[in-house]
Amino acid sequence: MTAVTPLTMTERAANPAAAAEDRPIGFGRLQRKEDPRFIRGKGHYLDDVTLPGMLHGAMLRSPYAHARLISVDTSAALAHPGVHAVITGKDLEGLNLAWAPTLSADVMAILATDKVRFQGQEVAFVVADDRYAARDALELIDVEYDVLPPVVDARRALEPDAPVIRDDLEGRTDNHIFDWEAGDRAATDEVFARADVVVSQDMVYPRVHPAPMETCGAVADYDAVDGKLTLYETTQAPHAHRTLYALVAGIPEHKIRVVAPDIGGGFGNKVGIYPGYVCAVVGSIVTGRPVKWVEDRSENLMSTSFARDYLMHGEIAATRDGRILAVRTNVLADHGAFNATAQPTKYPAGFFHIFTGSYDLEAAHCTVTGVYTNKAPGGVAYACSFRVTEAVYLVERMVDVLAAELEMDPAELRLRNFIRPEQFPYANATGWEYDSGEYETAMRKALDMAGYDELRHEQAQARERGELMGIGIAFFTETVGAGPRKHMDIVGLGMGDGAELRVHPTGKAVVRLSVQTQGQGHETTFAQIVAEELGIPPEDIEVVHGDTDQTPFGLGTYGSRSTPVSGAAVSLVSRKVREKAKLIAGAMLEARPEDLEWEKGRWFVKGDPEQSKTVAEIAMAAHGTVALPEGVEGSLEAQITYDPPNLTFPFGAYICVVDIDPGTGVVKVRRFIAVDDCGTRINPMIIEGQIHGGLADGVGMALMEMIAFDEEGNCLGGSFMDYLIPTAMEVPDWETGHTVTPSPHHPIGAKGVGESATVGSPPAIVNAVVDALQPFGLRHVDMPCTPARVWAAMQGRPEPPV
Amino acid sequence: MQITMTVNGDSVTRDVEPRVLLVHFLRDVLGLTGTHWGCDTSNCGLCSVLMDGAPVKSCTVLAAMAAGHEIRTVEGLAVGGTLDPVQQGFMEEHGLQCGFCTPGMMLTARALLDKNPDPDEDTIREAISGQICRCTGYATIVRSIQWAAKHPAESSRPEGVPA
Repeated sequence: MTAVTPLTMTERAANPAAAAEDRPIGFGRLQRKEDPRFIRGKGHYLDDVTLPGMLHGAMLRSPYAHARLISVDTSAALAHPGVHAVITGKDLEGLNLAWAPTLSADVMAILATDKVRFQGQEVAFVVADDRYAARDALELIDVEYDVLPPVVDARRALEPDAPVIRDDLEGRTDNHIFDWEAGDRAATDEVFARADVVVSQDMVYPRVHPAPMETCGAVADYDAVDGKLTLYETTQAPHAHRTLYALVAGIPEHKIRVVAPDIGGGFGNKVGIYPGYVCAVVGSIVTGRPVKWVEDRSENLMSTSFARDYLMHGEIAATRDGRILAVRTNVLADHGAFNATAQPTKYPAGFFHIFTGSYDLEAAHCTVTGVYTNKAPGGVAYACSFRVTEAVYLVERMVDVLAAELEMDPAELRLRNFIRPEQFPYANATGWEYDSGEYETAMRKALDMAGYDELRHEQAQARERGELMGIGIAFFTETVGAGPRKHMDIVGLGMGDGAELRVHPTGKAVVRLSVQTQGQGHETTFAQIVAEELGIPPEDIEVVHGDTDQTPFGLGTYGSRSTPVSGAAVSLVSRKVREKAKLIAGAMLEARPEDLEWEKGRWFVKGDPEQSKTVAEIAMAAHGTVALPEGVEGSLEAQITYDPPNLTFPFGAYICVVDIDPGTGVVKVRRFIAVDDCGTRINPMIIEGQIHGGLADGVGMALMEMIAFDEEGNCLGGSFMDYLIPTAMEVPDWETGHTVTPSPHHPIGAKGVGESATVGSPPAIVNAVVDALQPFGLRHVDMPCTPARVWAAMQGRPEPPV
Repeated sequence: MQITMTVNGDSVTRDVEPRVLLVHFLRDVLGLTGTHWGCDTSNCGLCSVLMDGAPVKSCTVLAAMAAGHEIRTVEGLAVGGTLDPVQQGFMEEHGLQCGFCTPGMMLTARALLDKNPDPDEDTIREAISGQICRCTGYATIVRSIQWAAKHPAESSRPEGVPA
């Protein structure tokens, strides 16, 4: 027995998991475990991957939005020094890889064979010794196009004489993708018919782009002897990618290893599979050497997953005294040239049917029509991907439009209509079951933090002086953490997450995740979850992710699903380990397991706390020679696959104060107050950081960002000179607060938070802009509220951006 | 062409194509991958390094233009194994998330603090206005730099690198 005495036997205190204030063993503010490498420049991102003999790929892209491909002559490029291969659509046809399935049951071109359907579409792929030679050779490829008229305006996509974009699809005679509806149309119409007040408003959520600071890329390394493909990728969903590659490329799944190294931001942009990844794989197979492909910024902005592009007509019905009765909306959704949105199969408009917001409505209904246009495909992205952003923008703008109609304070109107705490779990009018909420508490906290009454007083005085000060409010409810397998899948894959936890003999641990961080701090947060459950210090827990050979299956990180799904998986797998530890502790203490009690970090005999075994002692004993109870194996580990029973519904109250320069139309965000409730808070520092980032996103979308197109379908947002992202100068210091309303169905009560601020902030800012422009009699101004567009609105020309 | 420059205190001489950008020289030739690349148009600032103590965007500097100059990258921020206060500040105040903009941010912050050891918030925001961060919303970056200003090191400069 003495042989198993662990080195950690010297206990620090009765409770080994007792934490110092600045070093929580469990939840609390904790510096991130990933920071030491990042601040030394030792992060390992995709473009840092260098393999022996590695070649470099570059992509030739279409200059036209819509054109028939007549010929592609690669001879001069192939003759260029340093060039090893030039791959075209024809070559891929021979491999049956010219087309691939999308995440929405459509197909997309990997390299064009018949037509190009958006500017920036992939046409040919060069593999060369270095990136300079590869780019040089692109210039030598001679492509002949027959230019066709493009469909740029989604409103014209369904006109009878519109050019048919997808003539590759058999029998296709128009640009229609889908019609989808949610809610009860008849009940909603009935409520609208009897309502005192009905107001309607058209609004556009323009096309924007996630634009992570790291662009997308891949390094493919195909070993022809083993038949094994190792693929380094900027991906948020390594396992889903591996399965799709196996299904599409015919490489057996066990012979594919997808590695996601450190990811320089994702925001949904890195969910899908891009043609460049596939071409890198083909390039590696063709040349027998590893091939790296990294897109440049223009390629990222012009060809990868955009977000939004929703043209919405909203209507809201209410009583004269401000009781909101119903909301209905019709949406025209521009999906670009291929329907490649990442949405659960049965929800082609994602979770847009959360547009009922935070209000207790009698009825609601929406219809969404998706169309093809000659623009880049995608639509997955830019927090929050599953169309929650669009939904919240719609309802929060409509509530403000109603407030203007009723001449009621927008805060008061919201307070009067919130779902009340005792109504949770709340079944909304479109089929969601909201898990928990204390909306009024959060709203009142935000109003207090803002000093709302004083702000309104200040605004009244400012208006008398001719100044344009605006106060905007938004209250959001999100639905995140997809999702229950009984309700949703993506291309047939259920949306559960695996987790594996192993406690080593000395009491240190490794936890393996199926989700993939892109900066969210998973290595810290998930270590804290294990720490909370087992009392093992976070620094003693290795968090492994981003390698399909090393981690269990799961669908990856997007849609704020990591904490709701994998966070639950990790807490439950920790509890499984804890229960096993209890059995072993019983054997060690010669006590019945039912006589043991848990205190963070150890099991002790009820009534005799001195008789205890720490997790480290138990781990050593598990791997040692202690006689184990019947049926207990000699290790301390567990695995789990978690199927969430429901999504989680984080919420928050946001207040924005803007000043508009009456001479130039420049909008300055003076203050931004954000009160968020994401249930149980694991690491407040990381949560606050996520909120801050989302708020800056909101400033970008509301005031600056838009991927626009000219009449020929030329992308006008193809560089950071044209696609404007907030710098430190355009954003204020954020004022954040929080409330805590745990999710009743999540093991630790946590909800997703990564996208809350991106969802909640755009309507708060636009509401503030419209409020500031009240002297001009405006009820709505579309994003982006650029100086030119605000100025035009002030001159009586509040035009939509598309 | 053959070029010689000082990188993080060490003299380096290499043969390069005249068109090679400094960012590619640092990353691909010297293997200093802490310097990142993000936009090609000098807008994002990810590739910022210090040339003779002043921040430059290495995606728009030819390696040949850096010949004869002192270059300092993120790998040269810590001195003798001791972190620069800016590095420490970014950890203390959560000034980074994905970490991709961080090297350029920290170097720009270092250049600012070398000129102005006690900058106010507006000055800090202006100093980093050539850098884009997509994760943090900037407030924690500002606080990180303020932390560094409050905790100056005795020397934050490697030997041989002039002010």
